[in-house]
This record gives sequence, structure tokens and C-alpha cells, in this order.
Amino acid sequence: MTFYTKEFQTALKVSIPVMMGYSVLGFAFGLLITSFNYAWYVALGMSIFIYAGALQFLAVGFFTAKLGLVDIFIASIFVNIRQSFYGLSLLKKFKKTEKLKPYLIFGLTDETYALLTTIKDNEQLKSKYYYFYLTALNQSYWITGTMLGVIFGSMVEFNTKGLEFSLTALFVVLAIEQYKANKNFTPFIIGACVSILSFIFVPINSMLIFAIVSAIIGMFIFKKRLENV
Amino acid sequence: MSEYELFLAIAVMSIANFSTRVFPFLFFSKKEPPKIIKFIANNFPPIIMTILIFYTLGKIDFTIAPYGTKELLSIFVTGLLHIKFNNYLVSIFVGTIFYMILVQFIV
Repeated sequence: MTFYTKEFQTALKVSIPVMMGYSVLGFAFGLLITSFNYAWYVALGMSIFIYAGALQFLAVGFFTAKLGLVDIFIASIFVNIRQSFYGLSLLKKFKKTEKLKPYLIFGLTDETYALLTTIKDNEQLKSKYYYFYLTALNQSYWITGTMLGVIFGSMVEFNTKGLEFSLTALFVVLAIEQYKANKNFTPFIIGACVSILSFIFVPINSMLIFAIVSAIIGMFIFKKRLENV
Repeated sequence: MSEYELFLAIAVMSIANFSTRVFPFLFFSKKEPPKIIKFIANNFPPIIMTILIFYTLGKIDFTIAPYGTKELLSIFVTGLLHIKFNNYLVSIFVGTIFYMILVQFIV
């Protein structure tokens, strides 16, 4: 494996849009976590081992709220449940990837998934190395962005008040994207109702879990309306 | 959180995140997933995004002035930008800077 292979060069070319997105968003994450006074290796560790944008942003809130480990586990699963079906369309592609398979699965972010499912297999490329380079390059952009954000955040003094809104903005954008894919208002109404209910009835630290559980119950009550698209 | 608790939390999130990604490879490489799992996975994402918007606003007190108007205004700006330009970096960055200006310079 050298860096001059056709597989690496093609992966580099294909991943350029992700480079733009991940370095900027990773930068924002690095900046945010530094503004809460967490050490650089916490940010780095998260981008290496968790490697999931929305969840990492959200984690900052989990830490400051001192959320319990079980709550963190359940919330993390449901925040990323959309990923749990990505693999279905990649079962075939990943079949012959052997030792690289665990890393390919680990690195299956929204963007990597999108690239892997849209690119056509090139006969001249050894696909397992090509997939590996693509996945690893994407993660390297994310890590580089994170570290640049950490460095910038700890060297440049500026007022970060309000920076945490980036998280809200991220979810607003993701919600709009979800609407575009489904064109159904029912899930948003369910989400809003259970959120307001949990604000009223439970303390803020248990709000997320309470809302998730009530939302699942709500989904079955309104099953027909959800499926009528 | 102590540093030890922090590392535990990161480990738990890493495991949870990897579980969602490895799930279909473990269980459905030979058979189709059951309907109920498909139903939850298809319909839950827009619900959780809505919940997370509320959750991130959890510390805002809507009963005292300015009654969350800065947040609502910034959400509106973010959403509008996203519908208009369809570029998530533009929407997130301009939306956040807009909010930062509101909370830092306007009482």
C-alpha cells in the first residue's frame, strides 16, 4: 500500500467535497469543545473513536449535564439510529473487504455512505483499498478540522458566547433535510409534542430519554399517519 | 465530570455509535429486517432531529424577557438560509454568527 496508487488518487479526488464540509464542521466542533475548557486530547479522542458529527456536538452537552452512562448510551443509539440501515445497501460491496471491513463499518458516516453508494465500481481499481482510502481520508479531514479548531480556539481570544447555537443550527438543517426526504409533517409534530411534554414533566437532565421513549410510543399511536406518505 | 468519567462517556458513545453502524452487518446479511425495526428506523430520524432542536434550547427560559425570541429568530434565519441556498455550511455558520451577534451585542 503506497500513497501513489490509483486507488488513493481516485479516492482523494472523489472525497474533495467532503474535505470542505468536514474540515469546516470539524473546526466548529474543535472550537466549541475548547470554549467549554476541555483538553485538546478529549477533542482528538472523540474525533478518532466516536467519529460522528451530531453526536460529538451533542456530547458537550452530555458532559456538562453529567448525564449517566446508560442515558448516554441510549441517547447515542437513537441520535444515530438512521445509520443502522446504511449497511443494508453495502452488504455486497463490503463482502470482499476482509481485514479492512471493521474499519469501513466504523467509518460509515452520512457522507462516506453517500459516496460509497453513489460511486460506480471501477474495474481497474482494487475496490477494497479504494473504499479504505476514501473512508480514511474522510476521517482525516474530520480530525484535521477538529485539531485546527482546538488550536485556533486556544490561541485566539474571542467571545464565544452563543457559539453553542451551532448545535441547534445543525439539527435545524438536518430536520429540513429529513423533511425533504419524507415530505410528512407528522414526525415533526410528534417530536415537538413529546419535547414540550418532557419540558413540563421531567427535569432537563432526563428530558432526552423521556422524549425518546414517549416518541416511540407516539409513533405506534400514529403509525397510519406516518406510513401514509 | 472528572477526566476518568469523561473517558468512560467517550468510550460508551464510541460503542453506541459503532453498534448502529455494524447492526445490519451482524443481523441482516442473510435475511430481511423485521417490519417493526424498519418502521422505527425509517420514521425516527425526523422525530429525533425535532427533539434535539428542543433539547439544545433546554436552558432557555421562555417565561422571562426576551422570551426566547433570539433563539426563534436565529432558527428562522438558519432554516430560511437552508431552504434558499441548500448549503449546510452556509446555513449553520451564518445562523450561528447571527445568534452570536444577537446575544453579544443586543441586550
